[in-house]
Formats: sequence, structure tokens, C-alpha cells
Amino acid sequence: MANNVKLLQGNEACALGAIHAGVRFYAGYPITPSTEIAEIMAEELPKYGGKFIQMEDELASMAAVIGASLTGEKALTATSGPGFSLKQENIGYAAMAEVPCVIVNVQRGGPSTGLPTSPAQGEIYQSKYGSHGDRGAIVLTPSSVPECFRLAARAVNLAEKYMTPVILLTDEIVGHMREAIDLDEARKAEVWDRKKPDCKPEDYVPYQPDENGVPILAPFGTGYRYHVTGLTHNKTGFSTMVPSEVEEVNWRLVNKVEQNADDIVEWEEVYTDDAETLILAYGGAARAAREAVEELRAQGEKVGMFRPISIWPFPERALKSLLPKVNTILVTEMNAGQLAQEVERIAGGETKVQGLFVIDGEIMTPEEIIEAWQGVAK
Amino acid sequence: MSHKKYLRNNKLPHIWCPGCGNGIVLSAFERALEAADVDKDKTVIVSGIGCSSRMPTYMDFNTLHTTHGRALAFATGVKLAHPELEVFVVMGDGDATAIGGNHLIHAARRNIGLNAIVINNNIYGMTGGQYSPLTPTGMKATTAPYGMVERNFDLCELAKAAGATYVARGTVYHAKQLTDLILESMENKGFSLVEAVSTCPVGFGRRNKIRGNYQLMEWVKDQCVNVKAAAKKTPEELEHKILIGKIHHAPAEEYTACYDKIIAIAEKEAKR
Repeated sequence: MANNVKLLQGNEACALGAIHAGVRFYAGYPITPSTEIAEIMAEELPKYGGKFIQMEDELASMAAVIGASLTGEKALTATSGPGFSLKQENIGYAAMAEVPCVIVNVQRGGPSTGLPTSPAQGEIYQSKYGSHGDRGAIVLTPSSVPECFRLAARAVNLAEKYMTPVILLTDEIVGHMREAIDLDEARKAEVWDRKKPDCKPEDYVPYQPDENGVPILAPFGTGYRYHVTGLTHNKTGFSTMVPSEVEEVNWRLVNKVEQNADDIVEWEEVYTDDAETLILAYGGAARAAREAVEELRAQGEKVGMFRPISIWPFPERALKSLLPKVNTILVTEMNAGQLAQEVERIAGGETKVQGLFVIDGEIMTPEEIIEAWQGVAK
Repeated sequence: MSHKKYLRNNKLPHIWCPGCGNGIVLSAFERALEAADVDKDKTVIVSGIGCSSRMPTYMDFNTLHTTHGRALAFATGVKLAHPELEVFVVMGDGDATAIGGNHLIHAARRNIGLNAIVINNNIYGMTGGQYSPLTPTGMKATTAPYGMVERNFDLCELAKAAGATYVARGTVYHAKQLTDLILESMENKGFSLVEAVSTCPVGFGRRNKIRGNYQLMEWVKDQCVNVKAAAKKTPEELEHKILIGKIHHAPAEEYTACYDKIIAIAEKEAKR
């Protein structure tokens, strides 16, 4: 037994995972059920020489995170429902200006103020399309405390690698529950840093993409003077309305994620080898789904589970490869059927897609899932 | 002064209309930068959205053109993450006092070491002349066709009340004084704000029957009273006047320096 096993909350693990990955700047605004992340950052970051600031609102905290990241610091913010809505414009800015940063959204019941202390998974599409315009989105959904740590670190890594905002989409269940986590093990997770230019400042072209379609932005203050804007810009960073340049940057913002999806996607399969039906779940709801699958297996049912860990990009190829042998997919989620739409698109009519959609503010139970499964698979 | 030193000459000509005061503010800003002999590599110029916020595009520094109203919030992240950077924030009146009003009062309250320059042309210029919180009551705008019905802010008093440690107002008519005020604001370690009263002949002057750029400059000049001269005048004499000069200077410990002390405490705690 390792000697650094702690009983931590998901929110605590998110904060520690981010610090492990090198986050040294946090700006946020208090909101339930994400506030513990800010509280831990306020206490921990200065111990590492890092900076914490409680900004005057959600918009400002997103803005400060982007400003800090442009100086080369790895930067994080955390929020929930209403705060996530308020942050959208500047998340779009980070995507457009290609500034790495991580936004944790601990989902609670919505719409509007909704249910501040209850779990939900209502921001599946908002996390991808919440800001205006097109862009590739990276969104990760942990379903356990150790996974909060690991995915917080991975979110930071992916932000740095792809120079983009990354959303860590947790929920009130995962954020507030306590589980054992071996911190020594967790801290073996690798850490990536963004690339730095190695050319002379006079030869520097800030938005010149590398082989992955990703630019190399020099930290402010390091001798590479350039311009950053939310206006549509060309490789030099200055605004453009030339159709060919506009088209180039717009497609690149989409494709740098979509064309690197194999490097980004992550999922878990349970009992899929001989599964005839699948339960598809993610985040906090996947915990009940897993128990339901175990129970059904014990009863001799050939049911498996598919858990997307990255929901954007969705592990499309992995799910598609299971379709020929699966006759039904039951999507269980705490919304009115959001990710089920994406699953239906991927299933393409080949496999029946059914849903158990719970929006009563309560945690989904294994019994509910078993009952739903019996209703659609029998 | 050598403009080549501070401008991205290949980005000129600028987009501003003939008669716009922004060029005079840019020129005063450049002169102040030259007088202070700033290190271009260690200087960041942040702006929001609007005519004035295009200014950093033309300036050869680390430049950050952000979202509407949020320039000070972006700049707060830059400055807190790397306090050794000299950070300027250029905003317009709508940008700084309407959509960005919350960030303005809190940047001032924190006394974070940012040098804010608010170009006040009394109007939203980029969108064609709508009223802003700094449009004088009674003046016309496309969204105030019968005259501005709301009361307007006194930006300098607002900044002072919110905690800014250096506050000054200059105008594009008094360009030399504007340079001096910007330069002086840079010497203040905390949050500094210089309001640069400017002219928008297209969006503001024309609509208010102040025809011609020169006439608009005169309109600005005629309202100005130097703060020192104002001290001897009665409130009645100062009605509808614009005070120019150094309005307020009360040095106090700068925010990022305060935060460094927090780091020292936390690091000590961590070692225990």
C-alpha cells in the first residue's frame, strides 16, 4: 500500500492535478459547486510562487487567465453553469487567439440559476458551441477522483500542445464526492510544455502553424514582439478580410483539433468483447452505469459499457467499431438527451439508440438504469 | 522624435477618420514612451474594442487587442503573472466606463500597476455615434436623437473614488500637457489613469452642429480649466467645465508587490 493515499474531493483533485501539470496562475469567481477549486488554488499556488486572484466577475477571470497565459504561465479557471455561460465570449477569444488555458466547469442543474447544489450534465453542447463561430473543441469528462487529477493534468497538457482552451467538464457528483487517491502514483503523470520559437525575432511569424496546424506563440516579454487579436487574422497576427486568409485560419481552428483527434480522444470500454447491447455513459452518471452493467452481467446479460472520456472530440471510430455486433445503445445522461444526439449521428441508423435522461436534480441510480435497459433491450 | 522607433510603419495608414483625435493621443503617448525610454520587449500594450483600441495595432510592442470592455481584466492577468512587464491599457469611453466599468473600478481598487489611457471622444465612434456614459447630458447621438437624457460620469472622479492612485485629464488640444501627464502617470507605481479628451468630428461633432475639426477642437478647449486655476473658482463658474491637469496623486503600495508578500508567507508556511 502506497503511503501517500489521501481521501480527496474531485474538486481538490482537479486543483492538485492542474498544479502538477504546471499551472501557476488561477483567476476565478466564487460559484457553487466549483468554489473549492478556487479555495485550494488560493492556498496552494503562492507556495509554488504562483498567483491566485479572485476577479470581480466571471468574464474578468477568463480574461485574466488569457492575459497570464500570454506571458507563458499555465493558467486555470473553474466555474459552474451560469459562470460558464458568462465566460463564453472570452473562451472564444482564447480559441481565436490560440491561447492555452483550462476551464473547469463543475456542472450543476440548469437552465439559469437552476439547482446550484445538484448534479447535471447540461453543458455538452455549450462546451463545444457556447461561443459564437466555429472552432475545434477539446472537452474531457472525469468520473472519479483519481481521474479528476489525471484529466486536469491532461487538459493542461493538451491546451499547451494544441494552443487552445480545454474544458474539463465535471459535475457536482464527481466534484464533491470523496475517494481515495494515491498522490505519488497520480504525480507520475507526464507534463507537456508549449513550444517556444527558436528563430530570430525578426524572422518570427507568430501564427505560422507547425505540422499539426498549431502556432508557436512566444511569451510576452521574451523579445518576440507581435500582435494578438480576436479579429480574424493571418499568419502575422494582424487582422485580415482576405477571403483566402480568412478561410485558412477558420479551417485551421477547426482542423487542428479534428485532424488530431486520434491523439486527443480517450474512452473506456467494459465487457464490450461479447456485448450485444451497450450502455453509454460519462462523468458522474457513468458510476451508476458501471454498477448497472456489473449487476446485469451477474445476471448473465451480454451488456457492455462504453464511456467516452473525451466527449469532444468524441471517440467516434472506437464506437463505430462496436456497432456491427451491438443492436442497442442505451445512453444514460443527466440532461434531456444531449450526447445521445451525437451517438445517434454516429450510429447512423445501424444500431438502435435509446436514452435514459434524468433531469430531476437527483443522482441517477443503477436500479433506474437496469430498469431502463430492460425496457429497451428486451 | 523618431516615429520609426515605436510604430509598425507597415501597418500605416491608420483607420481613423480625418479629424479624429486618436492620432494626437498616439503621438503624445509615443513622446511619453520615448521620454521614459521604455524597453519595447518588456512593454505590453493592451486594448479593448473600438476606434481607440486599434491603437496598439500600430505600435511596435507586445500588443494585445482584447474583447470589448475587458482590456483591464486581460491586463491584470499579464501584470500579475509578470509584474516586471510595463503594461499600458488603451480604452475608449464606452469600452472603459460602460461595458468595462466593473473592471475599471476594481483595477483602481486593487491599485494594480497598470497605466490606463482612456480616450474620451464622448461617443461610440466605431459603431457610428451612439451615446456613452461620457456623452454630456443634452448632447446628441444616434441613440439620443433628442439629446442625451442620462447624466454622465466624471471619469476622473470615478477613478479617484475607486482607489486609483494617479488620475489626470488632458486633451488633444493640449497635446504637450497630455504627453507630460502620461509620462507622470508612468512614474506612479500603482493604478494610473489618464483621461484624454478627444474629438470625433464624424460621430459627435457633426451631429451636434459643431462643424469642422478646428471648431470641435475649440469646443474642447473652451470648456477646459486647469485644476490649479479651478481651485480659485466658484462651483458656478466651473459648471460644465472640464478640469485638466493632475487631478489626484496619492501613492500607495502596488498590488503585485503586495501579492509578492503573500508568496513569501505561503512559501515559509510550506517549508514548515
